[in-house]
Amino acid sequence: MSGSAQNAELELYEYNPYEGRPKIEWPNGARLAFWVAPNIEFYELDPPTNPHRKPWPHPYPAVPGYSIRDYGNRVGHQRQMAVLDKYGVRGSISLSAALCEHHPEIIALCAERDWEFFSHGIYNTRYTYGLTEDQEREMIEDAMATIERAVGQRPAGYLAPALSHSNHTIDLFAEAGGRYTCDLFHDDQPTWVKTRSGKPFVSIPYSLELNDTIAYVVQKMEPRRYGEIIRRAFDQLYAEGAESGTVMCIPTHNYQVSCPHRLRAFEEALEYITGHSDVWVTTGREIAEYSLSHLQEQIGGGAESAT
Amino acid sequence: MSDELLEYPRRHYGMDHDRYEWSMLQDRKPVAWPGGKPLALWINISLQHFPLSGDKPAVPPPGALTMPYPDLRHYTLRDYGNRVGIYRLLKLMAEYEASPSLAISGALAEHYPQLLARLAQTPYEWLGHGWNMLCMHAGEVDADTEAGWIADSRQALEQFTDQPIKGWLSPGRLQTANTPELLVKNGFTYQCDWVNDELPYTFKTTEGDMTCLPSCLELDDVFVLSQNLHSEDSFAQQVIDAADLLIKEGREQGGRLLALNVHPWLVGQPHRVRTVREILEALLVARGEAIWHASPASIIEAASA
Repeated sequence: MSGSAQNAELELYEYNPYEGRPKIEWPNGARLAFWVAPNIEFYELDPPTNPHRKPWPHPYPAVPGYSIRDYGNRVGHQRQMAVLDKYGVRGSISLSAALCEHHPEIIALCAERDWEFFSHGIYNTRYTYGLTEDQEREMIEDAMATIERAVGQRPAGYLAPALSHSNHTIDLFAEAGGRYTCDLFHDDQPTWVKTRSGKPFVSIPYSLELNDTIAYVVQKMEPRRYGEIIRRAFDQLYAEGAESGTVMCIPTHNYQVSCPHRLRAFEEALEYITGHSDVWVTTGREIAEYSLSHLQEQIGGGAESAT
Repeated sequence: MSDELLEYPRRHYGMDHDRYEWSMLQDRKPVAWPGGKPLALWINISLQHFPLSGDKPAVPPPGALTMPYPDLRHYTLRDYGNRVGIYRLLKLMAEYEASPSLAISGALAEHYPQLLARLAQTPYEWLGHGWNMLCMHAGEVDADTEAGWIADSRQALEQFTDQPIKGWLSPGRLQTANTPELLVKNGFTYQCDWVNDELPYTFKTTEGDMTCLPSCLELDDVFVLSQNLHSEDSFAQQVIDAADLLIKEGREQGGRLLALNVHPWLVGQPHRVRTVREILEALLVARGEAIWHASPASIIEAASA
């Protein structure tokens, strides 16, 4: 990504049509790499004002928005975790790093299950918008260091806080030691991402279409229909995976999917997916590392850009 | 950009405010409901007055009038709830021997004393629900004005009932920074606006502690039917799915609470009231063995036992 001009074209990846690509082979001949990305977020009740984006639709105190998100951590988290345990899925957590300080009990429960923690910024009420490059670097490093201190492992992935980006976001994250991004929605297979440092870096499919908040808040779906679209997406990607490996992600939020009237649809979808053979039930980090070490050519990585 | 965006004065253990303590539902001492039932059911019916006034509320509540004055179509559709819808619901509740609570706009006592007198004949618990649906407890309302709305709401209801009014549900579940203190000063012992839990918990104010009995926005009839545009059948299905999950958790982990909130102007319509019957049938009859249906004050009392 070059320059900071408001109208710069995206230069992160090459155009690469879905037909005619070299075959992707997942470990053990799996057709599809499947991962679940629970977003575990902390939204502040009274964040500083960022002129580019309002954190809440209501004036302070924004009780409706704040309290349902708090519900996710107080009630929803363990409910979702129990379902993921039941189907043998290790979550790849998109984590507001400050949650390590606010709610260490949640971090401990996930760490003892060997879940992955990737960075989702400090708070979901602190945006990238308007930060200088140095400020954004500081924010990215703070989140990485905070998570590393809490769990003993440096995050490999990044989903920018509240999906707020600058033209430097992905470069800065790669320079901080990151390995993959969840911020790009252009493909159903991993894509080599060109960053200014030339470090190996990959985009791992993280679906906005199957994201529970998009489904429930933006699309206003009935819960049973959400379960149905997950199964339909799986059927298609699983069929295509017989020719070349695909990736499927279900991004969740503990204040959406864990509500008692919605959990059943999610559970039925998980039961369906994990009931198939040749599904690699894995994490974002494992897909990224496998892609960078075994699939450089298939995902568009040039020798000149590899280190 | 100022460095304030990278400063985090409340980044520490627990919540980023002083209203309540952080804890996870599953880590608390299990709650036991009367009769060993795994699930408590609280049904609230919100009776609301939407003034015909052309004034726009600071923050429009769900169901707010939207058209230029006089917005007859929305005014009368809401009024329908107080003339027709509520009587359908009262009949159904009596048939199923349900014990809903009634959250009532104080202004209804002035406009429709006949309705309040009828409601006073029921054994149902009443909650303060603000003065009307224009007086929003949100944003920059000054504390004296807000205090007046709360005191007037209480006094209006007390003209019609001898029961102590303990509970409060704000219009649109909104609060100002002063609302909790003003509620305690006006004798309210619990509020239902913070939807952050599935059991009652202690809510701190500078005037003393109160209880928060969390209502459920995500299963509110206006949220499901009117905002999400889900079908009536889906609404019933969602409520039943929630009950089944909570009954299972209640058996394994300790008592759970299902909070339902309905509006006579919405589910009191002829094509929707059948759905309320289906929900009552599914919860109170088919799952009656597993469900303790009670008033909010009784639920708070049992949860703190």
